[in-house]
Amino acid sequence: MAENSLTPRYPDLGLIAAAKSEKKIEGDELKAKGFFTQLQGFWVTFITMFKKVNTVNYPEVKEPTAARFHGRHQLNRYDDGLEKCIGCELCAWACPADAILVEAGDNTETERFSPGERYGKVYQINYLRCVFCGLCIEACPTRALTMTNEYELADDDRAKLIYEKQDLLGEMRAGMVPAPHPMYPDTTDTNYYRGEVTKAHPSQGTPIGEVNA
Amino acid sequence: MSTEQLTEVEMITCVIDGFEVTVPKGTLVIRAAEKLGIQIPRFCDHPLLSPAGACRQCLVDVEINGRAFPKPQASCTIPVETGMIVKTQLTSPVADKAQKGIMELLLINHPLDCPVCDKGGECPLQNQAMSNGRESSRYEGKKRTYDKPVAISTQVLLDRERCVLCARCTRFSEEIAGDPFITLNERGALQQVGIYEKDPFQSYFSGNTVQICPVGALTGASYRFRARPFDLVSVDSACEHCASGCAMRTDIRRGKTLRRLAGNDASVNEEWNCDKGRWAFKYLTTRERVSTPMVRGEDGELHEASWPEAIAAAAAGLKGKRAGVLVGGRVTREDAYGYSKFARVALGTNDIDFRARPHTDEETSFLSSIALDLKTTYADLDKADHVVLVEFEPEEESPIVFLRLYKQSRKRSLKVSTTAARISRGNHKLGAVRVALSSVSDLTAKSVILVGERAAESAGALSTAVALAEKSGAKLAWIPRRAGERGALEMGAISTLLPGGRPVSDASARVDLAAAWGVDSLPTTPGRTTSEILEALNKEDELEAVLVGGVDPMDISADALSQLLNTFVVSLEISHSSVTAIADVVLPVAAVVEKRGSFADWQGSVHSFDKAQADALSRSDVRILTMLSEAMGKSINLPTVSATEREIASLGKWDGAKINFAPIASGSAPHAEGNHANLTSWRLLLDLGTLQEGEANLAGTARIARAHISSKRAGDLGVANGDLVKVSNDRGSLTLPVVIIDIADDSIWVPRNSLNSQVIPTLGFSSGIVTVVKA
Repeated sequence: MAENSLTPRYPDLGLIAAAKSEKKIEGDELKAKGFFTQLQGFWVTFITMFKKVNTVNYPEVKEPTAARFHGRHQLNRYDDGLEKCIGCELCAWACPADAILVEAGDNTETERFSPGERYGKVYQINYLRCVFCGLCIEACPTRALTMTNEYELADDDRAKLIYEKQDLLGEMRAGMVPAPHPMYPDTTDTNYYRGEVTKAHPSQGTPIGEVNA
Repeated sequence: MSTEQLTEVEMITCVIDGFEVTVPKGTLVIRAAEKLGIQIPRFCDHPLLSPAGACRQCLVDVEINGRAFPKPQASCTIPVETGMIVKTQLTSPVADKAQKGIMELLLINHPLDCPVCDKGGECPLQNQAMSNGRESSRYEGKKRTYDKPVAISTQVLLDRERCVLCARCTRFSEEIAGDPFITLNERGALQQVGIYEKDPFQSYFSGNTVQICPVGALTGASYRFRARPFDLVSVDSACEHCASGCAMRTDIRRGKTLRRLAGNDASVNEEWNCDKGRWAFKYLTTRERVSTPMVRGEDGELHEASWPEAIAAAAAGLKGKRAGVLVGGRVTREDAYGYSKFARVALGTNDIDFRARPHTDEETSFLSSIALDLKTTYADLDKADHVVLVEFEPEEESPIVFLRLYKQSRKRSLKVSTTAARISRGNHKLGAVRVALSSVSDLTAKSVILVGERAAESAGALSTAVALAEKSGAKLAWIPRRAGERGALEMGAISTLLPGGRPVSDASARVDLAAAWGVDSLPTTPGRTTSEILEALNKEDELEAVLVGGVDPMDISADALSQLLNTFVVSLEISHSSVTAIADVVLPVAAVVEKRGSFADWQGSVHSFDKAQADALSRSDVRILTMLSEAMGKSINLPTVSATEREIASLGKWDGAKINFAPIASGSAPHAEGNHANLTSWRLLLDLGTLQEGEANLAGTARIARAHISSKRAGDLGVANGDLVKVSNDRGSLTLPVVIIDIADDSIWVPRNSLNSQVIPTLGFSSGIVTVVKA
């Protein structure tokens, strides 16, 4: 047993036997063996020159990530430009790293950011804390919070890594009206939630990409 | 022992889920199950409200003496009986299925608002849908919708879609507050909570409906969307608004108070509080806080200063000078003790008074002789056969006293008499009748006389009340309006008493205290009262300086502020005020949520509270007074609130000879003729009080200021309800709409400190003769 336990777990490359051996390898025998061993090594190098290369010249070249890679978050908008976030804080509740801070606000007739009564007034994600687990995305009841594939989250200032709402909001697409603005006429938040609002109504304001004639 | 306690209560044994339980007769099944630790789901059931059986969520299987009820029964309406066998959802599949069915029906029309609902996270419907509901909904139809939210008052919002029709809010308003402004309208599927359009939910207790709503149907406008329950750190605290002594819960998020809820103290506020206690906490963030010490420079302006600089400046102005101390009625017991010790040790004077309101020598005598020995409690109100209110408006001045009285009034038509000039809304609810104090005769040992702080304003009222109590054996209680007054009195923040009720005039009491404090002697000359201090400040060879705590001079008299002008003023304040504007040194202090301390309620019970905003840096008054006294070379040595608590406890109460009360003869009310009238006033619960600043939603439910006159005067003036009258004297005038009520023909009543009706600043007095003409 005692001997067994001392038996090396890695494959015996003959080194132990060679060390124990009385016989010395020398002269021509050594030369011949050494020469072929070297060729063998260079052969690996040579063959690799013709194989497909995995590395890229980052940051000049950027490879796309896997489609479902967990990157920076994004706060989404409905197609008319209203925000999807309702400030419910479920993302903050779900977050295991306490990286999210949300403070809700009350939509008013004159200043509306999201359909319904409530919107996210303050929205911060602290990327020094975030572990990109995606639990916040699962928790979001309105699909307001999703993750992008963006992974370049480094900075020389810790404060800059706390992303505010304006940093997280997705970009305005053509046809959207920047919030705040009223809801699409004769709709409720349910219509928005069901995806029935697909474009902005003229009464909501001038959409991005169009110029008032 | 009273007879009630001697009566044996019949005990009944029944079986719930196979366990025997013995409870008093009349106990509801749901409550008996609780005793066993069996939780039956419920919405409408509330231990302090009458059973309603409205939500049907608590269905259980019941069998009495072998005969089973054909259908599951609501356990919140059935009292236990001998031989009863109850099977809850834990043992009966029938009960379980019934409960799941009810939950499914309740959820049919309940919107999926949980992410945006203020109740989400602390919602009984959410919790019980998880514990006693189905996993998924089978309902595929359209949900019934209503417009939402509907503001039923400026501070309460109603969302009818979320309502489960449990009738908790309507039962509370009717049974507890006596304000049935909110009812269930319509029937069947359209049943909904509603208000009478012309009569909004203007109850002083409306906040409780928000707290007891088991869903998010009633929410507070001020807390709307401010936080989620998991954001909040809850701290038990005491209410700083009045002397009722409510237990409170303060919810803090990131160093800010976001809401306050009624705490649970069965002997005081049960589970209720008033809207002022619940919603008036923004005074702290509204006005500009005094953030650093300030010293008035050569140029006559206040400049920010360092602590040592400001303390040195204050000490230089106070050391060796004849100075007085105005404490104010809002201090904690510990801070009051600090002021009291500071006056005696550092300033060597008895010129200290906590009364920032009209007061008399009669009241001083009453406070220093009898007030601290009064042992009346809320329990005495519950047992009283007759309650006499002497210059005291329970609903306006101590709302929890009102709730207790109303409970008895509703239960057994408690007899209530009042000496007020008119029957207020609150007293009307109590069924109170107006009496002259001298003519009250049918008092017994079970009767209670409640004396308010305004008794000091009518000469002889206190003397008559004391005599009446002595003659009849009735219990007497003094109920001040402000939370700190009773504590300040106990801590000796008054000219005639030292801490613990030790009389200044008693040499042995002085020696006792001087030994405890480690000083040679204590001042022997009797001190001045608040008004005497203010007068002495402007006289040659009298007072040269004054230390002012949280006092609004306009509460004392119209001239008080100008009397402070030409003297050295050290102000300890939380926010910039009229006093800090004229002070020579301003020292910032901690507000109630930022410090530890305690208040004594009108019964004398002490309610301690801890620092709620843990990261606040402001210091308690007592700490600052210690620094100041050290700079003056006569330390009061109270470096922390806990050290003060220990010193107060070690001193104990005075058990030696007491001062005798010196009664005075009753004065007669001034007689008014023609267009003159005898003006009386009191403060309404919601008015322009300093501590209610910054809360517009709360102010929206304040009662509108009206001049109350008799029908004869209205006829003479030719005015009808709603017409404007001008109430004036040589100092100023108030123009108010009139309301014609039952009041003496030569009298007029206006609110003391409401919008458009600030009596003391405008007319210069709180009661007296005014001229009333049509405006």
